[in-house]
Amino acid sequence: MPNKPFAITLNPGSSLANLTGSWRTERPVYVDRLPPCNNTCPAGEDIQGWLFHAESGNYEKAWQHLTRDNPFPAIMGRVCYHSCEGACNRGQLDAPVGINSVERFLGDEAIKRGWKLATPEVESGKHVLIVGAGPSGMSAAYHLRRLGHRVTVIEAGPLLGGMMRFGIPKYRLPRDVLDAEMNRVVDMGVKVELNTKVDDILATMKEGKFDAAFLAVGAHIAKRAFIPSGEVSKIVDAVSVLRSMEGEDKPMLGRRVIVYGGGNTAIDVARTAKRMGAEPIIVYRRTRDKMPAHDFEIEEAMQEGVMIRWLSTIKKAGDTSITIEKMELDSAGFPQPTGQFETLEADSVVLALGQDVDLGLLDNVPGLEVAEGVVQVDANMMTGHAGVFAGGDMVPTERNITIGVGHGKKAARNIDAWLRGTTYVAPPKHQVATFEKLNTWYYTDAPKTVRPMLDIIRRQSTFDEVQGGLDESTALFEARRCLSCGNCFECDNCYGVCPDNAVIKLGPGKRFEFNYDYCKGCGMCAAECPCGAINMVPENN
Amino acid sequence: MSFQPVKFYQTGTFTVGNRLLVPEERSVQANMERTNSLNSGHRACQGCGEALGARYAIDAAMHATNNQLIAANATGCLEVFSTPYPETSWQIPWMHSLFGNAPAVATGIAAAIKIKRQKGLKDDVRVVAQGGDGGTTDIGFGCLSGMFERNDDVLYICYDNGGYMNTGVQRSSATPPAARTATTMPVGQQPGNVFGQGKFMPAIAMAHEIPYVATATVADLRDLEHKVKKAMTFRGARYIHILVPCPLGWGAASQDTIKLSRLAKETGTFPVFEAEYGELTNSSKIRRVLPVEEYLRPQKRFAHLFGKTPAVATLVRLQALADKNIRKYQLLDKEAN
Repeated sequence: MPNKPFAITLNPGSSLANLTGSWRTERPVYVDRLPPCNNTCPAGEDIQGWLFHAESGNYEKAWQHLTRDNPFPAIMGRVCYHSCEGACNRGQLDAPVGINSVERFLGDEAIKRGWKLATPEVESGKHVLIVGAGPSGMSAAYHLRRLGHRVTVIEAGPLLGGMMRFGIPKYRLPRDVLDAEMNRVVDMGVKVELNTKVDDILATMKEGKFDAAFLAVGAHIAKRAFIPSGEVSKIVDAVSVLRSMEGEDKPMLGRRVIVYGGGNTAIDVARTAKRMGAEPIIVYRRTRDKMPAHDFEIEEAMQEGVMIRWLSTIKKAGDTSITIEKMELDSAGFPQPTGQFETLEADSVVLALGQDVDLGLLDNVPGLEVAEGVVQVDANMMTGHAGVFAGGDMVPTERNITIGVGHGKKAARNIDAWLRGTTYVAPPKHQVATFEKLNTWYYTDAPKTVRPMLDIIRRQSTFDEVQGGLDESTALFEARRCLSCGNCFECDNCYGVCPDNAVIKLGPGKRFEFNYDYCKGCGMCAAECPCGAINMVPENN
Repeated sequence: MSFQPVKFYQTGTFTVGNRLLVPEERSVQANMERTNSLNSGHRACQGCGEALGARYAIDAAMHATNNQLIAANATGCLEVFSTPYPETSWQIPWMHSLFGNAPAVATGIAAAIKIKRQKGLKDDVRVVAQGGDGGTTDIGFGCLSGMFERNDDVLYICYDNGGYMNTGVQRSSATPPAARTATTMPVGQQPGNVFGQGKFMPAIAMAHEIPYVATATVADLRDLEHKVKKAMTFRGARYIHILVPCPLGWGAASQDTIKLSRLAKETGTFPVFEAEYGELTNSSKIRRVLPVEEYLRPQKRFAHLFGKTPAVATLVRLQALADKNIRKYQLLDKEAN
């Protein structure tokens, strides 16, 4: 260093020669965490992912992102019980994001604008049989078709939709919406055979030269309870009442209708009876908080004038009345008879006590195991018989439409892998983006947008849809309430708050990169990231 | 709020940028083409609030003046960490000065530009002087007061970290009461810096009735940028006082720099406001009022207040000072609270 002044080691110039990254003991890394909504969704939707596109107003891209996992957003936006909203971190801030309402908006936009589902790029040459055209079967049909397989759906009923049509009343799911989303799957090239019952699954597979089968026949057989009754008393089951609502001959229930049971089906049938001019009373043996039906549905039913007799069982049915016995809960929470009786006038009794699976088609299938009335499947949704998979209400599970749709997707992935001679391995789950990971200072308060409800008179007398949808501006507002938990949404905070300019902004949609030459590891970016998408990890050397 | 806040349900005005905002509404710091006036490779400590505040302010000034800017810099942390000869992190025309004479140097630059413009210079070159609280409230105070009373066309920016940090954390006249420094040790009857001493420079600047005085913190970038931009719309002497936490001197974690700035504002400890010609014109309202303890606890310079027997009387006095700020600078939004 002969030409430099005393104590000077560097050439004149910028400080860029000074690589301050060497000071670091911890380094920031960008991560994607699993948002709680995605983590909870039974259909495995990437909710944060599709909301991201909806936030930009790119609804078609949002819809395409959504339908990668679930082909039925317009249906979901009406009948899904949206456990995602219960898990939403925003709920701890003001109110959860109205995920379900945005999903419905996207689904309705797709129907309105005629958006099409993606068709496969290559055909596999394999042929898969699907038995049952309910949520699970049609979801599997969609995913298998998308993966390039030929798909034939065989359905015993006259129309597509299964329980979505024959179990869910019109006022919750208008039939034009259901038809539109079912037909869109058919339009991908899925073959459908209606009014055809499969009696012997192996024979049907052999006959049609199917390479694999997915069984999703649902649970349609109403459970019965023994009620001593007179000859003229009218006792029917909820499944057949709801099913006959779809046909020409509407069920004759009379004015005073007693519904026996406490699940969502009991509520559905009571609300249906109300709309037909009856005065329904639900008789349920336990208390409201023990009722399996969702509370908002109980609330809506009561608003419409459905009466509920809690802690009661039916002892006997006569031709114009029934006798109920009062119950009380014991210390374990089980209802016990009290010996107090009461008489209620009744023109008919509708039993809504749950449903069983019709397993007739599975006789003589080697290896297949049935326990407690449902078909046993392994972690890959395959029954004990190789190549025969099952899902939806006919396997051990909680029963609802979203779970059925999720089963369809999961089964499709496993069937696809099985057809290729491999096993499907789900990618590892990211760490969940819990509320503590967020820096909520950055989110401004914005209350949830409430969807319009049909007025009470029309709810009591017509089958018009009860819950309205969002319009463009409210849907956009609602989508933009998403906190984007655990996933970068390009707010530029890290880029801004770094005192060392060690964050490189890559441009719209490309996120950011750290410049470890200069990053001193102060951790400010991680602390000030609103959505918890930066992690600090110790340096190794 | 002194400017129209961005109504954005997701992150409002608080984040640096937002992909959904039109580019004109984004902050200067969100821009991929920002000046980066203070470039990488500077030797400020991890999480330095001053390095951050200086880049925020000077980038905004460069943006507001279309890059026609000259800076005079007082000696202090900001100079020592950015410009150890022969290298510099500054990417703007920048002039070194002594600890105490940055305002006078800036006055000289402004006078020279005035003459050059009289002789035909077309460009409207603006002048910024900057320094820490030591160079501003103690050593450079006379020069600064002179610059104010002559109403020289200079924006003076003070980065206040409450002490002489690079020489070993000695007390300045901006050190808050009760704070521990190397020269106000937490021993004796009244541990830490004594109450009733020191000065609040923005109030003194207002007393000069100069065109524009403002305070800001590194926790609210948009507010800070707005104030720098607004200052550049005035001619004459202007003063911006920015609170910049010092992880070393305050005994705070390096990632807490912005959080502490935010807490200083939300507790009322540091009032954020604007004044024109000596009169208060605007104050940034507190979003959620917090007790001063929230601000003090994470800082080791106040650790002696939270020992086995908490110094309740001292905490009450510090809370009273914050309450006084809230009243005096109208920090609560009466409608919102």
